[in-house]
Amino acid sequence: MDRRDLLKTMGAAAGTALVSGGLRAEQPGAEAAEPVAILVDTTKCIGCRTCEWACADAHKDAGLEFPEDVDFSVERTTSDKQWTVVNRYETEKGIIYAKKQCMHCLQPACAAACLTRAMHKTPAGPVAWNEDRCMGCRFCMVSCPFDMPKFEYHSAVPRIQKCVMCTERLAEGKNPACVENCPAGALTFGRRSELLEQARERIYAEPEKYVHQVYGEDEVGGTGWLYLASVPFGQLGFRTDLGTTPFPAYTREFLYAVPVVLTVVPPLLLAPSRASRARAAAQTEGHDEEGNA
Amino acid sequence: MMAASQSRRALVAAELRRFGTFMLRELKPKGSVLTPFNVISGAIMLVAAVLLTIRFARGLGAITNLSQDYPWGFWIGFDVITGVAFAGGAYVLTFMVYILGQEKYHPIVRVTVLNGFLAYVFYAGALLLDLGRPWRVINPIIGNSFGVSSVLFLVAWHFMLYMMAEFVEFSPAVAEWLGWHRVRRFLAGLTLGAVIFGITLSLLHQSGLGALYLMARDKVHPLWYSEFIPILFLMSSIFAGLSMVIFEGTITHKVFRHRVGAALHASHDDIVVGLARIAAGTMFVYLFLQLLVFVHGQRWSYLGTGLGAWYLLEMVGLVALPAALFIQGYRGRDLRVIRTAAVLTLLGIVLNRLNVSVIGFKWYAPVRYVPTWMEIEVTLAVIAAELWVFRWVVNRMPVLGTAVGLVREEPSREARAGVLAA
Ligand code: SF4
Ligand code: SF4
Repeated sequence: MDRRDLLKTMGAAAGTALVSGGLRAEQPGAEAAEPVAILVDTTKCIGCRTCEWACADAHKDAGLEFPEDVDFSVERTTSDKQWTVVNRYETEKGIIYAKKQCMHCLQPACAAACLTRAMHKTPAGPVAWNEDRCMGCRFCMVSCPFDMPKFEYHSAVPRIQKCVMCTERLAEGKNPACVENCPAGALTFGRRSELLEQARERIYAEPEKYVHQVYGEDEVGGTGWLYLASVPFGQLGFRTDLGTTPFPAYTREFLYAVPVVLTVVPPLLLAPSRASRARAAAQTEGHDEEGNA
Repeated sequence: MMAASQSRRALVAAELRRFGTFMLRELKPKGSVLTPFNVISGAIMLVAAVLLTIRFARGLGAITNLSQDYPWGFWIGFDVITGVAFAGGAYVLTFMVYILGQEKYHPIVRVTVLNGFLAYVFYAGALLLDLGRPWRVINPIIGNSFGVSSVLFLVAWHFMLYMMAEFVEFSPAVAEWLGWHRVRRFLAGLTLGAVIFGITLSLLHQSGLGALYLMARDKVHPLWYSEFIPILFLMSSIFAGLSMVIFEGTITHKVFRHRVGAALHASHDDIVVGLARIAAGTMFVYLFLQLLVFVHGQRWSYLGTGLGAWYLLEMVGLVALPAALFIQGYRGRDLRVIRTAAVLTLLGIVLNRLNVSVIGFKWYAPVRYVPTWMEIEVTLAVIAAELWVFRWVVNRMPVLGTAVGLVREEPSREARAGVLAA
C-alpha cells in the first residue's frame, strides 16, 4: 500500500514538474543580439508635440487620440488614448521638454509578468502586445517600473495600450512615426549600440552642455529608449532610483525554487505520514475499526 | 441475452429515477426560506448581479475606482489575496492530521477542507470578475501561450490544481451523501496523495501571492516591501488559516448545532485550544521574521510618519497582541480570549494584505485609490454566495464531525475491482 502512495505522490510531483518545467527558461528573445532603439536628445526638443500627433495618427486603429490643447503646467502621463506625451520641466537650466513613452526595456518586466505572453519582446527589440492572448489581468501594469502599460477601463473589450515602437512600420522598413516627424531632430532611430556611441560622442563633443549620463544605458538592465539631457534626469521627471538590475531578475530566485519545492517536498511529506500511520495502526491494533467506514 | 440486457436496462432506469428523486429532494432548501439572513444576502446578490451586468457591458471603470495608477484594487487585494490567506487553514490542518498524525484535529478536517475549497472557488474565482478579458482566461491553461516566466502564471495554475486537490480531499463526503460506498472507498484512497500534493501547491502559491509584488518593489511602501515578502506571506497564511478555522468553527457550531457530530462536539474545545497554541507559535516566528526584515531594510526612518504608525498598529496591535492573547487563552483554556485573538489576527491579515496591495501601493500617487461602494457590494455578494453553498453542503453532507478516519483504511480488493469494472 505504501508503494502505491509513493507512486501516486511521485506521479503528482512529476506532473507538476512538467507543468512548471519551463519555469527555468528566461523570457525568450529577452536579449536580442542587436536591438533597435531610439535616442532622445532633450536639449534639442522644442516641445512642439508633433511626435504625439504623429503617434496618434499612425495608430488610429488602436483608438489613439491627439488632444489639441494641453496644459503644460501639469505633468501628464501616457494614457489609454496616448502612447506618448511631451512634458515641460522647469529645471536649473530653464525650461526643458521631455517625451515619455514605454522604454522598451531589454529585459522587460511587463513581458516577464505576462502569463499569456501577450506582452512580449520581439526579436528585433520592440516590446509588443498581442490582443488575441491578453486576458486583461493587468499584472504587466503592476510590474512595469515606468508605469507604461495602460488599460481601457471603459470598454467591454479592453486593450492594453502602450508604445510598440511602430513594429508594423519597422516591418515595412520605415522609421517609427515620431522619429519620422520630429521637426527638431531630437529623435534618432537605429541600432542600440550605434546610438549609444552617438550619444557618447555628443557628450564628449560638448561636455559642458550634457550631463555625463545616458539614461537608459544601464537603468533596469538597459532600455530601448536612450536619453541625453543637460540637467540631472531627476529634474526631468525620470525615476532615478530604479537601479541597474533587470526587473525579471527579482523573481528569478522564486521561480527557480518552484520545481525544487515540487519535487523535494512531496517525498519529505510522505515519510512522516507513513510513520504516523504506522503509529496509529499500532494503537488501534486489537481495537477493531471504530465504525468509521 | 436479450432478457439480461433488458433487465439491466430496467435496473439502470430504476437507479436513475431513484437518484433523480434524491437530487430533487436534496436541492430543495431545508428550513424556512424567508429568514433575515436569506433576505439580506439575497438582496445583496441581486444588486451585485445588476452591477456585474453593467461591469461586463461597459468595462471595469463603470463600477470600480481602478485607475492607471491602481490596476489592482479591492477585488484582488481583499477577495483574492486576503481570501486565499484565510483559506490557508486547509493545508495546515491536513498537514497536521495526515502528515503528522495528530488525530485530535481529525473531526474538523472535513469542514476546513470544504471551507478552503469554497474559498478558492469563490474568492480566487472572483479573479474572473476582475479580468478585463476573462474569456481569454484559458490561454495560459491550454498551452498556446505559456507565460512560464510569470509568477502569476504559476499562481493561476496552482489555484486550479489546488482546487482539484481539495475537491478530491472532500470527495468522500460527497460519495457518502450519495450513498456510493464503493466510490467512496476509492476516493478515500486518493486522499493522502491529494493532501501531499495540496500542501506542496499551497506552500508555493501562498508565497507566490507575495512574489507577485517582487517586481513592484518601487511601488510598495518600504515598510511593507521586502524581498522576503513571499516567506512572510507563507508564514502568515498559517496563522491566518488557523484563526479562520477558529472563527468559522465558532459560528458554524452555533448555526449548525444540529449537524455537529458527537465526536466533534466532545473535542471541540480541546481542538480550539490546540489551534490557539500553534497559531501563537507561528505568530512569534512571523514577528521575528518581520523584525529581521525591519532591521535589514533599515525601516526606522519611516516609523515617525503616518504610515509608520499604521505599520505599528498592524504589527503590535494585530499580530503581537493577539499572539499574546492566544497564549493567555491557551494557558487558561479560555475560549472567549482565544476567539478575540482570532478575530484580531484576521483583522491584522486583512490589514497586511491590503497594506501591500492597496494602501501602501503607490503611496506617493497624487490620487489615491479608494474602492467604490459597488466594489465592496460585489465582494459581499461573493461572500454571501459562498455562505449559501456552504450551508447547502453542510445541511446535506456529513461534514461536521461524522465519519472520520478516511485514510486509515484502504479500499478493499473488491471495491477496487468494482471501480475498475464500473
Ligand atoms: S517600460 Fe514598462 S511596458 Fe515598456 S518594456 Fe519596459 S517594462 Fe515593458
Ligand atoms: S494584462 Fe494582458 S498583457 Fe498584461 S500581463 Fe495580463 S495578460 Fe499579459
